[in-house]
This record gives sequence, structure tokens and C-alpha cells, in this order.
Amino acid sequence: MNESSHRVLVLMAHPSLYRSKINKAMRDAIKDTPGITLHELYQAYPDFYINVRHEQSLLLEHDFLVFQYPFYWYSVPPILKLWQDVVLENGFAYGEGGDALQGKDFMPAISTGGKAEAFSREGNNYFTMNELLYPMQAVARRCNMTYRPPRVIHGSFEQTDVTIQMHAERYRELLLEYTRQGAGIFEPKD
Amino acid sequence: MENHSLLVDSVIYLGAAVLAVPLAKRLGLGSVLGYLLAGVAIGPWGLKLVTDAQAILHFAEFGVVLLLFLIGLELNPKRLWSMRKPILGLGGSQVLLTMLLITVAGMAVGISWQTALVAGMGLSLSSTAIALQTMTEKNLLSTTAGNSGFSILLLQDIAVIPMLAVIPVLGVATVSSPTDESGWLDVVIVLMVMVAIIVVGRFLTRPLFRLIAGANSREIFTAFSLLLVIGIALIMQRIDMSMALGSFMAGVLLAESEYRHQLESDIEPFKGLLLGLFFIAVGMSVDFGLLLSKPWVIIGLTVGLIALKAGVLWLLARVFKIPVGQQAFFAFVLSQGGEFAFVLFGAATGFSAMPSELADLLIVVVAFSMLTTPLLLIVNERFIQPRFVNADKIPEDTIEPQGNPVVIAGFGRFGQIVGRLLHANKIGTTIIDHNPNQIERLRTFGFKVFYGDASRLDLLQAAGLQHAKLFVLATDDRDSGLLTVDLVREHFPNVRILARAWDLIHVYQLKDHGVQIIERETFDSALRLGESALVQLGYEKHRAHRAAQRFRAYDSELIDKLYQVHHDQSQVISISQQARDEIERLLQEDETVISRDNDSQGW
Repeated sequence: MNESSHRVLVLMAHPSLYRSKINKAMRDAIKDTPGITLHELYQAYPDFYINVRHEQSLLLEHDFLVFQYPFYWYSVPPILKLWQDVVLENGFAYGEGGDALQGKDFMPAISTGGKAEAFSREGNNYFTMNELLYPMQAVARRCNMTYRPPRVIHGSFEQTDVTIQMHAERYRELLLEYTRQGAGIFEPKD
Repeated sequence: MENHSLLVDSVIYLGAAVLAVPLAKRLGLGSVLGYLLAGVAIGPWGLKLVTDAQAILHFAEFGVVLLLFLIGLELNPKRLWSMRKPILGLGGSQVLLTMLLITVAGMAVGISWQTALVAGMGLSLSSTAIALQTMTEKNLLSTTAGNSGFSILLLQDIAVIPMLAVIPVLGVATVSSPTDESGWLDVVIVLMVMVAIIVVGRFLTRPLFRLIAGANSREIFTAFSLLLVIGIALIMQRIDMSMALGSFMAGVLLAESEYRHQLESDIEPFKGLLLGLFFIAVGMSVDFGLLLSKPWVIIGLTVGLIALKAGVLWLLARVFKIPVGQQAFFAFVLSQGGEFAFVLFGAATGFSAMPSELADLLIVVVAFSMLTTPLLLIVNERFIQPRFVNADKIPEDTIEPQGNPVVIAGFGRFGQIVGRLLHANKIGTTIIDHNPNQIERLRTFGFKVFYGDASRLDLLQAAGLQHAKLFVLATDDRDSGLLTVDLVREHFPNVRILARAWDLIHVYQLKDHGVQIIERETFDSALRLGESALVQLGYEKHRAHRAAQRFRAYDSELIDKLYQVHHDQSQVISISQQARDEIERLLQEDETVISRDNDSQGW
């Protein structure tokens, strides 16, 4: 397989990683892995001034875009929203001539505070994860990227170090597998 | 002895002016009439305090020279060139038409055509001093009428040259008429001198000014300015040209130099005083004896002269389409005889081109006509102008509005950054700085740069602060900076002030003077360095950034709080003591602040 066509870009947005467990473990798991570019937005742009051209060229160099973030208030952290607003320009990501992201894969990797049951009609979040991630699906669709099933770890507060470690390992495995086989890993196996 | 009488004379002139001018202004008569009346009062027909009016007149003519230099400074060559049509067309018609009519009138009463022509030439000229001073004082120079009037005056100044040249030829007892050859030689010399002035003015004065400005001595700059103007005037006089014209040329050549406004404000007081003296001398030289002996002749001639000149001007105003509401002003302001008439008639009697009795008579008429101008203008303002109130409003713009929204005072290491940021965002910026080395370079980048001290009102005005929205104070002198703040707040209340402060004490001082937007020059950079220190110690960058921002917010709150404390004791202790107390207070406060981190939750 041609390695250069299965490059992974992880845009991680966690405003205070030093207090984080899950995202920190996930970050540490994929850090310095060949084929995976880890890009920590809050580190790169502590004052929120995003270098748009740099971000766009990063996108062009990768095939699999991952948004890794804590699911605060059902949404992306502000810098990741800002990133979408300024980087996914008309003529670049969508609109006329905006085919830079065409054919790439896209996946959210999310940690939530609530348990899995909470994201249902009976739970206190009422809406399902699938419903709450419609905006992410919409972004992928509009930019002609293929939306891949999100990696979600629920109930952050209940997770133990061991379960967190396992989640991080599986996350790393998935991304590594992509660098080896590309989008094929998402195809149903016979 | 000589000195003594000079001082006594000065006291008389200054005293008369100080008494008469404010009084005249209070009565709504304008300063010109005030000076003229002061002259009459102290002259041979008044209190007899001064008798030698002619000597004073000669000396004070220099006020006209300075006036024209200043006018020249307002007009760069491009603007002057764009005025060529009114100068030649309007000015030429005025001089020729008036000259022709007076000559014909003179011949009609039986004067020889030569003498009549001399009278026509002399009387066709108007008083640059009175007309320009009046228009400047009333701020009308930028109106159509003002512009046209100025064009005429300019042409008249040029016309004096051929007039003076032709008088010897008109003389009856011409002793030695200049041969053609020497005539040509004169023309060549005149042209050479003109070219020399242009070359020197264009290429040499700038480096020279930079050198002198570099000496950083205000009075030497003034001395050099005066030297330049007087020097040029003398050279022009030497080749029998109008001094006023020469200094006007010099002014035009310096109009584009960055030292223009400094020159203006340096020369201005000299011009004002000398012009005042000139008007006083005119007032003194009015021969009331002649008036008493031939009252009707003089009154008749004066009225006739004014009616004729104003009539011609009014006609031209209609032909050249000056707005209806300004026509009367235009006709009146140039209706008097001018100071050059004294010179021309003097020369004419010398060459016997005019009998001296007639010259004396006409000089009195000219002086009288000068007296009437301010009165006529008052009549115009009170009775004629009100009818045209709606016909056309006088535009308020100055000769060259500097429309930049931001004026930065001080373009050193601090002001530069502000200026660059604005420049990068294509916001027009005017800069005032007193470092001549900066100026030259900045101009090449399209900044409007004025050389001088920002704590001077005239310079702030010249820089167009009245058109600006913001004033950025980044000068490096604490006290004069505070002075500037007071000036700006008083004279440009709509302009918002943004000030750079050195330290906390300076912040307090600026606050005391009413400035609201203040930044300490070192605070943000120190904060950033502190932020980097946190990052180097292992803080995540965004966390360090937030820590710095939190500190910033807390600090600005603290400053407001301490400002109150400071205010109560600032009168008591010294600045350095205040600074020591301040840091102590800050450190205590910093310790008590709970390093509350309201960052988001873990997961």
C-alpha cells in the first residue's frame, strides 16, 4: 500500500489538557507516531490567531481528518469552531473550485461527561449522539468528505485509568490501521 | 542714543497697537482698521508722537514680504500652476482695465498721457497687505472670491516690475535712458537670479533645514528662517524686482517641504507685528493737512477711485462667475490703492514723469482709500451680505485640509508600532515628530509628517487635528506631553486621546489630565515575556495565555483602585517615593489574589 496516501491529521482541541485524563491519554497514545500528524490547536494558537494558510496546507497533505475534542455543551470547543470558520473557506473546502477536501475521510473522536444512557430520549440529554453530531456530518458532507463513525467514550468521570488506557490504545490502533490500509478499514468485512 | 529712541519708538508703536487693536476688534472693526487708527492717533496729525512716517513705512514694508512668503508656503507649485488662468485672465483684466480707465479719466481732465498713465498704473494696484490680511483674518482665502482676489494681487505684484521699468521712459526729463543692451543684460540677470532661487530653494534648502533642525535649537531655526526670507528679499531688491514676489517664490518652493509648518509658525509672529507696523505707518502718513486744505478734491478723488476700482472688480466678478453672494466682498476688498503706489509715484516724481504735487495728492488719496476698505467691508457684512445668506454659504474648509483620521505625536520606538499597525490597515496617519532624521524616511512611505513640537497649538492645527478622530500621544517628554493633552482637550474636544504611559505614576498623571485610553509602554511586552516564562516552565501555551490575560484584567482593576488612593496622597509625597510605595502595594495585592483557575473541566 502506498503509505503516502493514508496520512492522518488529528486536530485536537482541549483548552486545559493538564486537567484532562481521557484526551491526554488519547493524545499521548498517538503522539510521535509515523503517519499521524497531531496538531494541538490550543498549543499552536494560544491567543486564537489561526494561521489559515498553514492549516489549509496541512489539510492538503493528509487524507484522514480527525477532530479530537471533549464534547462540552454538545459542541466543539471554541477554537475548533473558529478553525472551521476561518480555514474551511469558500473556494477551498466548498463552493466553486472548493474541492480541496474531496474524497478525504472525516471522523470525530469525542469524550463526553454523560454516560451513554444519558444520550437518549429517556436520558437527561434527550438527544442521541447521532443527532447531536449532525453538524459534524453536515460539515463532512458539504466538503465532500466521507463521514466515518465517530469514536466516542462516554461517562468520562466513571472511567478508570485502565479503561481509559484501553480506549486510547484502540484509538491509536484505528488510526495506525488507517495509515496502513486507508479507507478500506471502514468497509464492511465479509 | 540711537538705541534709546528705537526703544522709545517701539514702546509707542506697541502701546498704540495694544490699545487700538483690541478696541477695534471689540467694536467689530477688525485689526487692520485698528492699526490704521492707531497710526493716525500717534502720527503727525494726532498726538505727534512719531513724525517720520516714511522711514517706518519703508521698514514695515517687510511685513508684506513676510506675508507673501507665508502665502507662498500655502501654495505648492502644482496649486500655483492650476491657478494660472485666474491669475492671468482675472488679474490681467483687472490691471489693464483699471489702468486704462484711470488713464483716460486723467487725460480727460487735462493731464498729459504719460502722467495719466503713471497714475493709472499706480492706482490700478491694490493693497496686498490690507486685502490679504483681511481675507486671512476672516478666513475667506479659500472661497472663490478669496482665491480670485489672491490671483489678482499676485498678478499685481508681478505687474509692478514692468511698471517700474517703464516709468523712466515716461519721464519728461529722461537723463539717460538705458540702452537696449543693458536692458537685455538686466533681463538675463533677472532670469539667472530666478533660476538660482528655484535651484537653491528646490535642492539646497532641505538638507540645510535638516542640518539646522538637527541642532535642536528653536531660535536657530527661527533665525535661519528669517535669514532665508530676508536674504531672498534683498537679492530681489538688488536686481530691482519686487521683494514680495521673491519671498513669495521662496515660499512656494518650500511649500512641499516637511518644515513648512515649523516655518509658518516661526515667521507668523514677525509677519503679524511688521504688518501691524506697516498699517500704523500708513495711518501716520495720511496727510490730513492736505485733506483740510483740499477736502473736496481728496474726498472726491477717493470716492471716485474706489467706485471705479470696485466697479471694474464687480464687472469682472460677474464675467468670471464668482458666486453672487461673494461679489460685493470681492469688489470691496480690492478697491483700495496699494502700497506699491507709494513706490511708483515716488519713482515717477524722481523721473519727472509726475509732478510732485500730484504725487502727494494721489498718495493721500491712496492712503485714504486704504482707510476705507475695512469700513466698506463692515458695510458689506452688516447690510449687503445678509441678503445673500441663503444664496451661498461660505465653505469652511481651510486651504489644504489634512483629512487623516489619526494624528500620532512622537514617532519613536513606541509611536512607530502604532503607526505601522495603522499603516498596514490603510488608515491615513499624520505624524508629528521633532526628529528630522525620521521625517525624511517616513515621507517616502506616504506618511504625512510634520516637523516640530507637538505641544504647540499651531502645529496641531497645521497637522489637521481638527479633522481627526484620534490623537495618539507617544512623545518622549512627560511634562510637555501633559501640556499637549491639555491643549488637545481644550481646543479639539471631539478628538479622542490615546496615550502611552511610562509607568503607573504617569498613568495617574494622564488620568488626572483627563485621558481615558492609556497603555503602559512596557506592560504588555513584560506580560508576554512572563507568559513565555510560564510556558518554559511547562504550562500549556493556552493556559499560560489565559494566566497572563487574567493577570492583565486583575491589574487594570487594581490600577483603578489604587488611583483613588494615589489621588488622596499625591500632593504630599515625591514621585519616586510614590513609585516605591506603588510597587509595594502591588506586590501585597498580588499575593492576596487567589490564583483562581476557572478553566474548563477535565475529561
